[in-house]
Amino acid sequence: MTRRRLGLPYLLLLPALALELLIHLVPMVVGMVMSFKRLTQFYIRDWSTAPWSGLDNYRVSVDFSAPIGRSLLNSFWVTCLFTALAVGFSWLLGTAAAVFLQESFRGRGLLRTLFLVPYALPVYAAVITWSFMFQRDTGLVNHLLVDQLHLFDEKPFWLIGDNSFTALVVVAVWKTWPFAFLTLMAGLQNIPRELYEAAAMDGAGVWQQLRKITLPSLRPVNQVLVLVLFLWTFNDFNTPYVLFGKSAPEQADLISIHIYQSSFVTWNFGAGSAMSVLLLLFLLLVTAVYLFLTSRRRGADA
Amino acid sequence: MLRPPPSFRWARRVFLTLLTGFVLTPVLVMVSSSLKPLRDVQGPFRWIPSELTFRPYLDIWSTVPLADYFVNSLIVSVSATVLSVLIAIFSAYAVSRYRFRGRKLFTVTVLSTQMFPGILFLLPLFLIFVNIGNATGVALYGSRGGLILTYLTFSLPFSIWMLVGYFDSIPRDLDEAAAVDGCGPLRTLVRIVVPAATPGIVAVSVYAFMTAWGEVLFASVMTNDTTRTLSVGLQGYATQNDVYWNQVMAASLVVSVPVVAGFLLLQRYLVAGLTAGAVK
Repeated sequence: MTRRRLGLPYLLLLPALALELLIHLVPMVVGMVMSFKRLTQFYIRDWSTAPWSGLDNYRVSVDFSAPIGRSLLNSFWVTCLFTALAVGFSWLLGTAAAVFLQESFRGRGLLRTLFLVPYALPVYAAVITWSFMFQRDTGLVNHLLVDQLHLFDEKPFWLIGDNSFTALVVVAVWKTWPFAFLTLMAGLQNIPRELYEAAAMDGAGVWQQLRKITLPSLRPVNQVLVLVLFLWTFNDFNTPYVLFGKSAPEQADLISIHIYQSSFVTWNFGAGSAMSVLLLLFLLLVTAVYLFLTSRRRGADA
Repeated sequence: MLRPPPSFRWARRVFLTLLTGFVLTPVLVMVSSSLKPLRDVQGPFRWIPSELTFRPYLDIWSTVPLADYFVNSLIVSVSATVLSVLIAIFSAYAVSRYRFRGRKLFTVTVLSTQMFPGILFLLPLFLIFVNIGNATGVALYGSRGGLILTYLTFSLPFSIWMLVGYFDSIPRDLDEAAAVDGCGPLRTLVRIVVPAATPGIVAVSVYAFMTAWGEVLFASVMTNDTTRTLSVGLQGYATQNDVYWNQVMAASLVVSVPVVAGFLLLQRYLVAGLTAGAVK
């Protein structure tokens, strides 16, 4: 009986562990090994026979004076800016919507449901619609901006050139903010009403209550939320892939597309793997620093 | 927040109106364009179709084998959801109810896999599937099985995390009462914990299904002509010369309606699940 009891938790975890091992951990190790190999399409059938190349793939990836390194660096900066903007706006919209919908008023339930629609729509269906809206001659965006508001003399392109970055951010925010909204709405439900009642009794207005009660109470939720949004957005593949296809314009060349392009389009799997490992190291570093900072601040609050 | 003053109510009205416009525009474009003849979507944009037609809704099934893609997506997503939720229930029960060595390590490992970019696993996984196929004759690459296996790990970390929180919130007194009545751990899980955690389980099921139904990256590399899912299949409406935008929009609506309807019906549970599980 005792022995069965001791083994039980491990038995329960076994399926999850086996799958994590097969789909995540083993591939990660394989990926790291591959990053030290000269792996081209000729070795796909048996990748272990590909010749070792030491640190060559890494050297090529971070040689910022050569084309491969330069474009990787470009896509890194593009991704950073994209992430900052998309997460920032998504968080702002999510917070504002959650706060405005905290108190009940007529139509609240309907709006709450409507706001979740972008989250519920399958990514490809939603993003493909955006790409239709961004078409130069037939799209809604130019129809609004040029034909109706007369903001431009000529119809701009949205899916190539400088504007492609703006288009990408808009689509990402549209798709991401409802998750922030959903999470923050859940967070708001945990704030005891008495806090507001006490504050109102003390003469605090709505905006003051927002600053002194609502936002501070959401801090633990925000700490998790911002990290999750950061990771999802930084790694986002679906949005640029459906919006631009296999190769994105230079101005909107997110890192995941860039690696995909290096691996599956130019068939340089070794370099693609090295870039993936570098990306992983970067994400680990950011997450560690973030967790360190937020936990220290939490310590200071207590 | 109590008794909002007019300034707050005005800010709310303006903000919510603009946001509703932003959120709904693509949906309205989808609906309006899906009811247009081809020449309408090839000209400058207009909201109202020059001639209302349901033609695109009929044509989508023959331009690409949409029904096959639908079936593939359904099989893959449902299987991945059922399996991932089952596995998550077992894991979450172990983590929530037992103190054992490696408990923390397990949680951290599982959660941290969520932060890794999918592109990191894609190529190695592709090669491993090819290798397994060569060695054992089990075709994972290009099969639905391979895709199911992959997808069920995508939602697993989040599901485990959320269910642990949910299970934690169920009083242990209930477990103990069950034990006194002679229930073993598994009977307790099935009879007591699972029923009490139904909203959480519904929430993670919805999440798992949506993750699988919407996945693009792995579907585009790991499927072949017979196992193609909707996320890749929808690209088929763009040919060399023409994009059948009216059909693209009709097909987008058709593949979205089941998920969106299901999600909106069950979203209450997702909020409840988040409140109890993830956001504490």
